[in-house]
Amino acid sequence: MTMLKTETVTVNLGPQHPSTHGVFRMIVTLDGETIVDLEPVVGYLHRNHEKIGEKNNWIQNTPFTDRLDYISPMSNEFAYVLAVEKLAGIEPPERAKYIRIIMVELNRIINHMVAVGFLLNELGCFFTPMFYALRWREFLMDLYEMTAGSRMMPNYFWIGGVAADLPEGFLPECKELVAALPGFIDEYERLITDNEILQMRCRDVGILPPDVAVAYGCTGPLLRASGVPYDVRKAEPYSIYDRFDFDIVAGTVGDVLDRYLVRIAEMRQSVKIVEQALRDLPGGETATPKKKTFRPAEGDVYHRIEAPKGELGFYLVSDGSVNPYRYKIRSPSFVNLQALPYMCKGHKIADAVIILGSIDITLGEVDR
Amino acid sequence: MTAKETFDRLAEKFPQFELAYVEGKDPAILVQGDNLVELAQHLRDEQEYDYCSSITSVDYPDHFEVVYHLYSWKKEGGPVILKVHADREDPKVPSVVSIWRGADWQEREVWDLMGIHFDGHPNLTRVLMWEGFEGHPLRKDFPGTEDEYAFG
Amino acid sequence: MQSIQGILEFVDQIFVNLSLWFSSLLANYLPDWGVTFIMMFATVLVLVIFGLASIIWINVFERKLLGRLQDRYGPNRFGPWGLLQCVADMIKLLTKEDITPSRADRLVYNLAAVVPVVATFLVLAVLPFGRGMVAADLNVGFLYIVAVGSLGTIGIFMGGWASHNKFALLSGVRAVAQMISYEIPMVLSVVGVLLLVGSLSMVSIVEAQGDWRLPFVVLQPLAFVIYFTAAVAEVNRSPFDLPEGESEIVAGYHIEYTGIKFAMFLLAEYINAFSICAIATTVFLGGWQGPILPSWAWFFIKAYTLYFVLIWLRGTLPRLRVDQLMNFAWKTLVPLALANLMLTALLAKLVPAHSLVGAVAYLLVNIVVIVCIALVKYPGWKRGKREVVLVPRSTAPQARGS
Repeated sequence: MTMLKTETVTVNLGPQHPSTHGVFRMIVTLDGETIVDLEPVVGYLHRNHEKIGEKNNWIQNTPFTDRLDYISPMSNEFAYVLAVEKLAGIEPPERAKYIRIIMVELNRIINHMVAVGFLLNELGCFFTPMFYALRWREFLMDLYEMTAGSRMMPNYFWIGGVAADLPEGFLPECKELVAALPGFIDEYERLITDNEILQMRCRDVGILPPDVAVAYGCTGPLLRASGVPYDVRKAEPYSIYDRFDFDIVAGTVGDVLDRYLVRIAEMRQSVKIVEQALRDLPGGETATPKKKTFRPAEGDVYHRIEAPKGELGFYLVSDGSVNPYRYKIRSPSFVNLQALPYMCKGHKIADAVIILGSIDITLGEVDR
Repeated sequence: MTAKETFDRLAEKFPQFELAYVEGKDPAILVQGDNLVELAQHLRDEQEYDYCSSITSVDYPDHFEVVYHLYSWKKEGGPVILKVHADREDPKVPSVVSIWRGADWQEREVWDLMGIHFDGHPNLTRVLMWEGFEGHPLRKDFPGTEDEYAFG
Repeated sequence: MQSIQGILEFVDQIFVNLSLWFSSLLANYLPDWGVTFIMMFATVLVLVIFGLASIIWINVFERKLLGRLQDRYGPNRFGPWGLLQCVADMIKLLTKEDITPSRADRLVYNLAAVVPVVATFLVLAVLPFGRGMVAADLNVGFLYIVAVGSLGTIGIFMGGWASHNKFALLSGVRAVAQMISYEIPMVLSVVGVLLLVGSLSMVSIVEAQGDWRLPFVVLQPLAFVIYFTAAVAEVNRSPFDLPEGESEIVAGYHIEYTGIKFAMFLLAEYINAFSICAIATTVFLGGWQGPILPSWAWFFIKAYTLYFVLIWLRGTLPRLRVDQLMNFAWKTLVPLALANLMLTALLAKLVPAHSLVGAVAYLLVNIVVIVCIALVKYPGWKRGKREVVLVPRSTAPQARGS
């Protein structure tokens, strides 16, 4: 029997779409229900962040980096502040280092809760797992509000330390939360991970082989789920990560289910790190004294951290003035998104949405 | 292996490339544009630098510079940083997409925002700005750069 | 005792007596055919008003229950406990601008909003809401339900086609495929019950359960599960709501509808969901039978309990993909329904009717079938839990300093 000649249909999963994590467009060529080709179109949120960064001075850029990946703002600030400190040769005090680690690891938990919650939302659970995850995220956001004054754009890190010391009620509340979080993650897993429909929808969907993942430059949970145990915190330890005992979580197959499980397990590892940091938190001051103007020496530097979404890097070029000469952000979502067409080909249109959800992008970071 | 050792080994292997060593907090290897692809191929295949982390471009007063940060997920050590100069009038650099697939969108972004053309790139179109936009915003001579802000 | 019996009887038959009184009132002024005519209209009017009014509490019930499942309150602004939320929503929907896409097929587009609602109300006509409270006791009751219920599918496809929108069309196509596929197990599972009853009339199905003194869910548990699953898919409720909820995650066949036409689609969906609960109650749970409380109260308690299960499913389960959906219908539900039918037919010949022995026999056979299925599927369920690997150090252990 000869094959029927059918035509392909081009469908636009347009910029306004409830499930594309922001203004993101996918031009999908379909043959029936199967995806033949997928072209992502980005740039709808491009704000020319890098050029504005060149106009700001070094200190003003710290709150500006909050706007990149607005789900995990502390990580962006952390990466920038570490890069500038490397450029200028500044060493923050010990207490500040521990506080930064606590904030950044809590941020990782926050980000993974959003990622997992929204992935399950796109699977069709009608917001229920999302609300459960967001409820706990609210408790963590309360900690941020207590310390930094704001939930989403905290503006907490300074070049040379943190903006203010931890307030009075922070430590007991943080300890309480951190003790309760593993129980919550267990409950979450019990509720949804073994669900038959979830397993059917997520197994062997969007497989990314490890060599392809490395070739595309993917990092973060996307890379680790494919089986490559690469984590910048262990490969090139920065700040004081070498003092903590935690594991890298790696998947086996590299499909959507693995990415989901990797994120859940990474939340547990972050809890471990926060517990250790809270235990070892030293006293002391929280920032080196600030000068009126900040002019680092000339030169260029590239510093990268393990942000919750992948490897976030800042390439800074200084010419000795108060503004950066070049301020470049290597954003993980932008590079990870290149793997989307590869992962989606041959799957159904419903899978494209969950594969996108499992990559976990934030348009603020992709488009800058 | 430190950056100097990497450089020495590469200079030994490719004396015809005229590599230069750039000092600094992050020492780099200055490569001529024509030799870039072969050097990158060697780095990926023989020395297993299979992860191209970042491709950046900088607009210096007399030339453009494209900076490549290469890592290896198997080996320890920091990045191998390659720098390529391109002249201001007609900036052209060979594309490394054939070596690292992840260079695709990063080179498109460099083309879009800085205007450096990558020879051999399969689809060099604008990625962040819209199609049909004139100019390259990150250049220092882009109109509007000289506007003063109220602060800074 | 007698007086309590009398009171219960009175409350039970209150609506029947009301309609009898009304018709006798009319008989004073109108000839016979006039009375019949007016009574027909009155019945239809009562049904339609009941359908429309029940939306109010069904909608609020659903939203508050979903909210509670999701650790939040649900609507609680309008009216006490948010009871008037649906009224507010209806007013909002009715006052919205009515936009029609410029290239839409006008007639079909407008009709498509009406067809599912009509189909839904037609189904309500044969449901016995209580003892003696059925609008039309057709002797082909269940066949009529199957026939008329399929009209809703046409309406959905009309909506998808006439919207002149790729998403709507894709969703309409999927909806038709889904609804056609799930008709078959739905009908087959009820045929087993019909064999036990011997008649298609809904009222006689309920009365047969009285004769057996057991609801048919005890005699045909497998059929109940199959029916309920297939019916949930028929009315496009989660986890089978591909045509509407997913479809590239943007609303599906009612993308291009606004205002009152959109309200019509929503109406049809809610009343459809209620009517499959009502059918399940009638066929499997004993209809309006139950002690002490009036019959119509029992009917609604049972129907709303099943609706509660529907809402629970909606809030908990992810959605199936379209090919998994079709596989489930054709490869799982249809063979099971056929097996159930065969076994029921066999037992109906062997076992005496209306006897406890018979009931136990049916129950045992069903349990054996379910256990067999579980044993066959069990190795699959234990197929291998996916775990992640914890690696203590990456392959590049050398530190480079901070």
